[in-house]
Amino acid sequence: MIDHRPDPDALLEKVQRAEAQRRRGRLKIFFGASAGVGKTFGMLLAARERRAEGLDVVAGYVETHKRVETHQLLEGLEILPPRLVEYRNTQLQEFDLDAALKRHPALILVDELAHTNAPGSRHPKRWQDVEELLDAGIDVYTAINVQHIESLNDVVSQITGIPVWETVPDAVLEKADEIELIDLPPDELLQRLKEGKVYLPQQAERAAQNFFRKGNLIALRELALRRTADRVDAQMRDYREDNAIKDVWQVKERILACIGPGGSSENLVRATYRLAQLLRAEWIVVYVETTKLQHLSREQRDAILRTLKLAEELGAETVTLGGHQLADEVIAYARTRNASRIVLGKPTYVGWRRWLHGSLVDTIVRQADDIDIHVVGKESNFLAQAKATPYFSRSRLYLGLGSDEQRPLLKWQPDYLWAITASAISTAIAWLMFEHVDLANLIMVYLLGVVVVAARYGRGPSVLASVLSVLLFDVFFVPPRFSIAVSDTQYLITFAIMLLVALVISGMTANTRHQAKIAGLRERRITSLYALSRELAATRGEVNVLNIAVKHVADVFEAQAVILLTDANGHIVYPRDEGAPQSAHGSDLSVAQWVFDHGQMAGQGTDTLPGGDMVYLPLTAPSGVKGVLALLSLNPNRLALPEQQRLLETFTSQIALALERVRLAAEAHNTQLKMETEQLRNALLSAISHDLRTPLAAIVGASSSLVRDGERLPVQARYELSQAIYDEATRMSGLANNLLDMARLQSGGVVLNRQWQPLEEVVGGALAGMSARLLGHPVSVRLPHDLPLVEIDSMLIERVFANLLENAVKYTPSGTAINISAESSLGEVIVTVADHGQGIPLGEEKRIFEKFHRVANEGNQGGAGLGLTICRSIVEAHCGKIWADNTSEGGAAFHFALPLGEAPPEIEQEEIAGS
Amino acid sequence: MNHSATIIVVEDEAQIRRFLRSALDTEGYQVVEAETGKQGLADAATRKPDLVILDLGLPDMDGIEVVKALRTWTSVPIVILSARSQENDKIAALDAGADDYLVKPFGVGELLARIRVALRHVSSVAGDGNEGLFAVDELKVDMIHRKVMVGDAEVHLTPIEYRLLTVLIKHAGKVLTHQALLKEVWGPSYVERAHYLRIYMGNLRHKLEKDPARPRFLLTEVGVGYRLAVI
Repeated sequence: MIDHRPDPDALLEKVQRAEAQRRRGRLKIFFGASAGVGKTFGMLLAARERRAEGLDVVAGYVETHKRVETHQLLEGLEILPPRLVEYRNTQLQEFDLDAALKRHPALILVDELAHTNAPGSRHPKRWQDVEELLDAGIDVYTAINVQHIESLNDVVSQITGIPVWETVPDAVLEKADEIELIDLPPDELLQRLKEGKVYLPQQAERAAQNFFRKGNLIALRELALRRTADRVDAQMRDYREDNAIKDVWQVKERILACIGPGGSSENLVRATYRLAQLLRAEWIVVYVETTKLQHLSREQRDAILRTLKLAEELGAETVTLGGHQLADEVIAYARTRNASRIVLGKPTYVGWRRWLHGSLVDTIVRQADDIDIHVVGKESNFLAQAKATPYFSRSRLYLGLGSDEQRPLLKWQPDYLWAITASAISTAIAWLMFEHVDLANLIMVYLLGVVVVAARYGRGPSVLASVLSVLLFDVFFVPPRFSIAVSDTQYLITFAIMLLVALVISGMTANTRHQAKIAGLRERRITSLYALSRELAATRGEVNVLNIAVKHVADVFEAQAVILLTDANGHIVYPRDEGAPQSAHGSDLSVAQWVFDHGQMAGQGTDTLPGGDMVYLPLTAPSGVKGVLALLSLNPNRLALPEQQRLLETFTSQIALALERVRLAAEAHNTQLKMETEQLRNALLSAISHDLRTPLAAIVGASSSLVRDGERLPVQARYELSQAIYDEATRMSGLANNLLDMARLQSGGVVLNRQWQPLEEVVGGALAGMSARLLGHPVSVRLPHDLPLVEIDSMLIERVFANLLENAVKYTPSGTAINISAESSLGEVIVTVADHGQGIPLGEEKRIFEKFHRVANEGNQGGAGLGLTICRSIVEAHCGKIWADNTSEGGAAFHFALPLGEAPPEIEQEEIAGS
Repeated sequence: MNHSATIIVVEDEAQIRRFLRSALDTEGYQVVEAETGKQGLADAATRKPDLVILDLGLPDMDGIEVVKALRTWTSVPIVILSARSQENDKIAALDAGADDYLVKPFGVGELLARIRVALRHVSSVAGDGNEGLFAVDELKVDMIHRKVMVGDAEVHLTPIEYRLLTVLIKHAGKVLTHQALLKEVWGPSYVERAHYLRIYMGNLRHKLEKDPARPRFLLTEVGVGYRLAVI
């Protein structure tokens, strides 16, 4: 059974598109075949209707050309004042994008979508302004003529013979929510023209007269109608897909267009675009850079770059491939991408040359029998054809890595000198061999010399070596010797073949060398990428990621780079952290902010603010834009190369991913910290609420009874109540001390006040402080006489003793002894506080040091379980360690070790004791 | 004992003032309460107190400043009240001229003992005829003959040990900060060498005390200094 349900993926995409559109403003385009059909008029009429419906309508920019009817329609509409721009001593009126965004009406009218903005505007083109308005959620009405549509641009130029420079990408039209065709039959238009109702700029009048010929107008009208019909057709298909009317089996087509250095490439791209539109197919434009094509002149390279850029603007994916055989590469790539059609230009060679060189079309047709091949013919082109340039001025490296300047002639001379030297050496060797071997073998010596020169110095010197070899061979060895004349004419054939072989060998060797060089460059590129990702993967911390990223970008792209991140409010700011890269301080924060907000490139060589020196790239990770990479390239042309662009894109996404990773890690860390803090707080709260409430209850109870019945109570009872209050308050005070210590130690704000101390004194201080608590427990202190001074914070170590003693008192029955002892060994002093109680339950030896941990079945012994944790914190702050075990008699023993560190300071010996 | 002595209590907490007043009243002292440092200074000038109890955490001015201001014109004994978090302030106040300190919370017994020591010290300086002799329990020091006895045995001290002991005796019952002791026994250039003091104190204890880890006479005020027991 055939499944008639809609394709879920397609449906999802549709929902997402609808979602994006809901947030975006709606775009309505008034579309006409030529000037004068009444687009502006129609647009204003529609706008007035909207306003009558109560919508907030503003005329952002409307060109009335001082026509009365149009002007009348504008009356009553709010008009946004134009932005005035000084340009070459004239004042230009431009649409004020910022004012429009600030005013933020529901609907704005922006006429002449194809308009080119004055230099210095945010975007070079008005349609980009409109995009930004739509992004901001403002509905836009605009108008455009058919000749301004990018993909129809060449067709219109052919029809009218007038080139049109201002174009709008087809994507803008396709994304429009509504297109209203303003149609006027040619006769009526011509009538209006005669009546002077059509505005014509004075200087272009003649050209315009040429333009408004009936034939032209009919053709343009047809184009406009067809374009609109295409759109209706597309809408129809959308509708059918939505409603699962699927009686046509549809396979998503993929078209691959192959461009070369020829001037017709742009036509090829436009033709492929139209085909792709028709078939609703994805399309890829491929440029195969073979060995031969690596020697193209700068102009030709620029032309290819332009073509690739055009293709990208028209919505194609562009790819540059490297390889030997054009046809093989194209077919292999077509198969990997599952392309169903290949579009090629007409073969350049005809006749015998085609037979000799072979044609790409023939080869592909022969090899790819399962792929449809379209061959597009040449068309006349208004753009300047790329001119062939003399060989020596050709740039040797196309890939962009390495030197891009042309090599000066001077630098070549040593290479040619080497070619001459090599030929001389060949001659010398041949001279030595001349007596013993055949002439034919001497040729081999020369050929060897040519191979060596070709391998080391490239094509030019090897050609020179080839020619020289033949000459020298003739002069020195072919009879009559020492003259250029030849006795036997058969030698002429020898010379010809020798020269041919030498040239072929030199060509092939030079090619191999060049290939190796290219491969080396590619490898360097891959290596740089690998180095970046490897270093990024091993990095923690945002600043480190930034430093690594900037270092690599600067190295690989020969640019000053800086990564700009946002502050807490989402504003892009200069890096402030110590150690953050400081270069490229000239970056423009407002441009960076725009890039960050829109997630698009801006700056030099892009569509947005192309005026500046720097390029700004968004660092886009899956969860959004993470920051902006600003680049000041020392070689801007190189950045424009598609290969470099792609590498840069890979770099930025790698950096963005790394940034996202470190941020997520930091976030996870924070969350974990928060959770731990939360747990700790809960434990603390429960511990405190228990340990504070119990003594408080006793205090409140006892004191209230004293307050109420003080007079009537017997003296003994009053004394007991007062004693109870005193005891409980003391307990609370102890708890408060512990909490205070804990808070101080845990906040990390404790600076040890380390001084050289005799341990004895610290123990003494603790014992004195605890004397009341220790009444029921005899304490023995055994400290060796030669115990060295230790460098400790006596206040804190006293707390350790106090807590350990408190613990011993708490957990052992009254009357049992407590032993304090110490010994020094191997650079540390180990102190032991042992009791004679029940000992520590098995397995609890470590956990008792944890916060709020209390030994099970401990009953209502006071204390929040903080004492030992405090001990551990203090000992660890002294770089020591603390542990517990049970003594052989069964009691608990707590040990802590304090490192001795450096030797205690000497003290001056006193003179002989006074007697 | 002079039970009609006047004591100024400079303390902003009403509850503490109430408790101090009741405790001091019971003992027969005249109590003057001051809520702020400024008021306390004014009262100290007009009431001619025998002792000042001064809280370090006052709302209007630093307790240490109050001590310094008082010390510009009077040697009246000053007992500091401090919270646990004010350890450094406490030492600074002692170094600025305060006589003793109490850490909150403290009991009445402790408070009265400190007051008695401070007041007695004043009277002993005034001269009670017993100047050359110091005796607590088994420890007897005859400063005229430079003789130190524990029980019946004479103890030999080095000159510095002896000097340390006499300085402590001079301020018996009072806390002496490390700095004050170092300055008085070794001289001003030694104030940073606290380990000298600790080593000599250790030696002194081994010579004078039965159990040096639990001294009877030479008491340690952890983190602050030393005190010679008077009873």
